[in-house]
Amino acid sequence: MRARKILAIATLLATPAFADTIAVTGGTVAIGDGSQPIPNGTVVFRDERVIAAGANVAVPAGARVIDAHGKWVAAGIVAGFTSEGIVDGEGIEETYDGAAGKSVFNAAIDVSTAINPTNQSIAVDRSWGVTRAVVSPEANNSVFAGQGAVIDTGADDTPVTKARAFQYAELGEDGASHIGSRPASYVMLHDALAAAKSAAHQGGDTKNALITRADAAALLPVVQGRMPLVVHVERASDILQVLSLRQTYPDLKLVLLGAAEGWIVAPKIAAAHVPVIAGALADLPEAFERTAATESNVGRMEKAGVTVAISSVDVSTMGGQRNLRQYAGNLVGISRVPGMTGLDWGAAFATISSGPAAVFGLDNEIGSLRPGRRADVVIWDGDPLELSSAPVAVWIDGVAQPMTSRQTRLRDRYLNPQEGVLPKAYER
Amino acid sequence: MSRNVAALGALILLAGCVGSAPPRSASASAPSGDRVVEPWKTDPFPSTYHAYPGVTTLITNVTIYDGEGGRIDGGSVLLADGKVQAIGRDIQAPAGAMVIDGTGKWVTPGVIDVHSHLGDYPSPAVKALSDGNEATSPTTPEVWAEHSVWPQDPGFSRALANGGVTTLQILPGSANLMGGRSVIVKNVYARTTQGMKFPGAPYGFKMACGENPKRVYGDKGREPSTRMGNIAVDRETWQRAVEYKRRWDKYEKDGGDPPSRDLGMDTLAGVLDGRILVHNHCYRADEMANVIDMSKEFGYHVTAFHHGVEAYKIADLLKANDICAVVWADWFGFKMESYDAIPENLAILQKTGTCAMIHSDDENGIQRLNQEVAKAQAAGRRAGIAIPDEVAWEWLSINPARALGIADKTGSLKPGKMADVVLWNGNPLSVYTRPDKVWIDGAIMYDAHDPKRRPVSDFELGQPGEGDVK
Repeated sequence: MRARKILAIATLLATPAFADTIAVTGGTVAIGDGSQPIPNGTVVFRDERVIAAGANVAVPAGARVIDAHGKWVAAGIVAGFTSEGIVDGEGIEETYDGAAGKSVFNAAIDVSTAINPTNQSIAVDRSWGVTRAVVSPEANNSVFAGQGAVIDTGADDTPVTKARAFQYAELGEDGASHIGSRPASYVMLHDALAAAKSAAHQGGDTKNALITRADAAALLPVVQGRMPLVVHVERASDILQVLSLRQTYPDLKLVLLGAAEGWIVAPKIAAAHVPVIAGALADLPEAFERTAATESNVGRMEKAGVTVAISSVDVSTMGGQRNLRQYAGNLVGISRVPGMTGLDWGAAFATISSGPAAVFGLDNEIGSLRPGRRADVVIWDGDPLELSSAPVAVWIDGVAQPMTSRQTRLRDRYLNPQEGVLPKAYER
Repeated sequence: MSRNVAALGALILLAGCVGSAPPRSASASAPSGDRVVEPWKTDPFPSTYHAYPGVTTLITNVTIYDGEGGRIDGGSVLLADGKVQAIGRDIQAPAGAMVIDGTGKWVTPGVIDVHSHLGDYPSPAVKALSDGNEATSPTTPEVWAEHSVWPQDPGFSRALANGGVTTLQILPGSANLMGGRSVIVKNVYARTTQGMKFPGAPYGFKMACGENPKRVYGDKGREPSTRMGNIAVDRETWQRAVEYKRRWDKYEKDGGDPPSRDLGMDTLAGVLDGRILVHNHCYRADEMANVIDMSKEFGYHVTAFHHGVEAYKIADLLKANDICAVVWADWFGFKMESYDAIPENLAILQKTGTCAMIHSDDENGIQRLNQEVAKAQAAGRRAGIAIPDEVAWEWLSINPARALGIADKTGSLKPGKMADVVLWNGNPLSVYTRPDKVWIDGAIMYDAHDPKRRPVSDFELGQPGEGDVK
């Protein structure tokens, strides 16, 4: 944390070093816990933690007061499922650490070892109010992709909030394409989990399993329910198949990713208490396993009692994770369309803040402005879900962040495209 | 995982745009006197699209963006006989007209997407339906996208109901330097692609710069494997086209035996004589400049650069050459040549007076082009470039109509134009707004209040989710 503060402050000369307590007053406060926005609220944070947020919050004596009248003060956005920090551009293969096709290892892969906090996607998303991200590797030769991480997007050298936060598995069409078929995927899954259990009982002996010692060891906490298993499936029947894994492995902490047809089996997902990280606006049968896709999926699941977060899975990600707020806004918007099921504002904002945090058991730590959470605070010049709005200030762990990126630098250089006395390369 | 699948899909896609729209003969190649008509002047696959029945309709008490920069608050729009009849403040309903009170709502021209792959990269994205790139030769000017378009793509219905899209250009992909002809369609399902074709629209021609052609053919161990290879292959092909057209022009003038026909050269000759409009996928500023010089060398005009993420760097050059820039609002960094994209691209182009517009290149993005414009407009405002809502709407209407050569027919609410109209349930530049009704040629083709006015493609019949809201 110390390194983070020093680095960030160096970039923000106007910020007094180690302002003990900051009170943001007068703005519309979006706590991020599912509650509705609070007009004329106050957010108080000290060092790296939130002290209080809401209406009738007293400003502590000596606090630095920031006036946010006419603005919104919101919890930082938590991006539900990303490649943040492990690729400099998805088509720039040389930079991609998400796939490990040449590796003999799979479940043991720990993506937290690859996070590059100076990555430009992180800088752009940070300036757009994305303060945390769930980062996952991608499956190649196994149903298991490896262990994902939760990171912050702060301008510092300590990006990892939680390493090895979950194991990621493919059990739908994508998994089948890697392994050969859905049934073959399940054989591999059972074989690997059996090896994990036997390795624990027999002191690391996995010589009879098609899995390395390292991979088996990585799966032990999954079998024991100490590490969530995020499973990507879309089809209703695949979802039910995944839920039934609990009959064999009662301790599994399952999370569903994608689940485009989740609405069809929503009561069963709810009854199993399995949270979902959905593709927010996926409404096309882009694969046969998504034939019943609809934008009302998230709203219908929520109505059935499913805990839902959203992600950019199944829709285009080329605009970056900053567009999650647009997806959440659409979920509010469709509530007004006859027959469609959306979310109210508070629930929609929760799908990109406390929702994804809760999926990974981190909602006591991040994802909202409730007391004690990390002070990831964003002041927006308007409704954070509205297209015309943008952040004017971002704090991560209570540290004020730079609002610049390569994009703002290019903008400033080319606002007037014509060259001056010297080439553009001399303008900065 | 779909994150990377999506990125790969994007890598394969490409486009370009601009130009005037000369009329085309509706008849197939046929003798003209004793002469065979130059083959690029005919369309052997003519449109069979027809307007569906509509009723005389007056929409009242709405905020109107007319698509050409005009705005009327508390206005009315009168539609009849498939055309816009009038817009203004005091329009009386003709006897028997349906009157829709649009209080709190907005009316705009239908959204036009100048760059789509609906139909040639349809849903479901299975190999059997992957028909967008004839990636067997770097130049395939002989292929026509309309022969790949699957008119049952479920994506058309989403673009209509969620995006208010009434017209779109479907292009070949960008694997090739010369990808083939595009087709412009009305967003109305039909049994055949001819049944969707926009009547009287000129053809577009898809070209591509940059990473995609050199990667696809470099990987096959053949030219082009570099950017210099890209331009060399283009120039050699254009030179052949110039010679081909010269033979036909001589025949038209002097008679004799007609020259032997080459389908690819037909398309290029059509470009050289201005009938076919070049839509050139090109990301980088330096590559656009190379293409501009190449077009002058061989005597053709680039109508538009598509995916011009660096257009803002050369906005003045594009303006001086009368070339439109077709861009995204905020896509960036998904490949090396998109690394310098900025959200202020559209606003800087607008400020410079350059023809500019939004596009999707994406089956999801086409459902939210109005929202993409809103983001680009907001980015401009924060950079000190104020663009009124009704002017920003030109990026969705008259500018793409001009780039497609159909601005005399659609793209604004001027009386006499096709009644391609969206009634939005709020401000269409807000994230909370969706289409309430969509008219195409005066017929209601989508109505949020009437499940019977929600198209269901053949593919979705009898499948889970059939007829559901999407």
